[in-house]
Amino acid sequence: MASHTDRKAPRIEAVKLEKRFGHIHAVRGIDLEVPAGQVLGFLGPNGAGKSTTMRMITGFLEPSGGRVKLEGIDIAEDPIAAKRTFGYLPEGAPAYPDMTVEEFLSFIAAARGFRGADAKARVERAIGRVNLQGVRKQAFETLSKGYKRRTGLAQALLHDPGILILDEPTDGLDPNQKFEVRELIKELGGDRAIVLSTHILEEVEAVCTRAVVINKGGIVFDGTPAEMESRAPRDVTKNRMDAAFRAMTTGDVVGDSDANTASRTKGARR
Amino acid sequence: MSTIPALTALQRITVVFRREFRSYFQTPLAAVFLVIFLFLAGLFTFNIGGFYERNQSDLRPFFQFHPWLYVFLVPAVSMRLWAEERRTGTIELIMTLPFGVADLVIGKFLAACAFTTVALCLTFPMWITVSWLGNPDHGTIFVAYLASALLAGAFLAVGAFLSALTKNQVIAFVLCAVACFVLLLAGFPAVLDFIRGWAPRGAVEGLASTSALTHYESMMRGVIDLRDVLYFALVMIAFLVLNVFAIDWKKSD
Repeated sequence: MASHTDRKAPRIEAVKLEKRFGHIHAVRGIDLEVPAGQVLGFLGPNGAGKSTTMRMITGFLEPSGGRVKLEGIDIAEDPIAAKRTFGYLPEGAPAYPDMTVEEFLSFIAAARGFRGADAKARVERAIGRVNLQGVRKQAFETLSKGYKRRTGLAQALLHDPGILILDEPTDGLDPNQKFEVRELIKELGGDRAIVLSTHILEEVEAVCTRAVVINKGGIVFDGTPAEMESRAPRDVTKNRMDAAFRAMTTGDVVGDSDANTASRTKGARR
Repeated sequence: MSTIPALTALQRITVVFRREFRSYFQTPLAAVFLVIFLFLAGLFTFNIGGFYERNQSDLRPFFQFHPWLYVFLVPAVSMRLWAEERRTGTIELIMTLPFGVADLVIGKFLAACAFTTVALCLTFPMWITVSWLGNPDHGTIFVAYLASALLAGAFLAVGAFLSALTKNQVIAFVLCAVACFVLLLAGFPAVLDFIRGWAPRGAVEGLASTSALTHYESMMRGVIDLRDVLYFALVMIAFLVLNVFAIDWKKSD
């Protein structure tokens, strides 16, 4: 694979992605190229098409139009090879409820083609990376939301993929766990292509090198977090990311008073 | 970043099979199923089938009730196969791991078959009993066991397909029980006698040949007829293919 060695070639390449569910046009022509070393924050209101887009990139859903290439492999042409290239944390971090963390990760290791000592070492490393040592013998269904999310992350990281696709990786974590996961993502970002969706805009500022905002199935902003902030109305001084997000996704003209409302709701949410 | 090993189709199916097979034993399902199956198989054989009263050293009274046991026990095994994956969301996880849909369908199906075969093997004391009391034809008993395993496999394939159509395990159970019952009913003597009065002979035989019961009973007598084996194989293959389509169609609901 030539694209492996070529650092400039995009790891993720989505062209004109479309998805229709019956008469609902959920994703309307999304183009996305993510090279190694980029941490892309995928933003948008609920129902904007974030999860649907991620599900098409990972091959869970077939697009109604367009195509997806991962490390140069077209997922429609060779889905199994394409699925080897990435780690994916689906929305809600699902796992088998009756399996223990260790059993579950061993299953993932086997599914990724590792055996024997190699598989064991990978499970150990994944457990260590997201601090799951204390719950490794516990059944998944008995875990707290934070541990469930971390098990999902461990699963996605296990084969050390060049691409990580994470659907709300910090959802349900406490502030300390959020901090740890952000540090981990920053550390991983160096030579990987990472796409993460989130509702927390400060997270984008903290870990992402690029921000993409989608609304009603189409991209409305694509740039650096700093550029996104600069899109906020000039009179807004606090929480400029939130103001910019609101301006892009609601079309509201956000004045100072509105920004204060936004910061208040944000305070209540935290 | 390391190179990620590629697995052959057989290795992928084995990974799916092992997880699925173990999952039966991680819940009380395995224990409940095995106890009820063995209890009912014994009850039917001795109390209703008249094992002793017949005074014949064979296992006919044991095998003749298997289809009716399977009508409600097989759906209990198959109902969770896909419905559970969809309810917990793990379907999104396994379908984005490097597996093909066929790997998942086959691996899960074989795990369910292995589980019912374990249940069947645990009835070995029957074989020992009849051998101890008399001189049975072991070949006949072996073929009857094979027929029973094939019948369970055919029902499981039907059940796996129906499980892929719904998130709700109860619906999956009921649909599968009804479907298996219909598959048996077409060969039930009462049904065949009813249509024999007015339908041409070819139609009666045609209907009988679509029934799992007809093929099961012919094998139960100890004869391996290629048509019977082919029938079970075709039912399994047809429903596994339907299963693959059903998953692509319903996975995101």
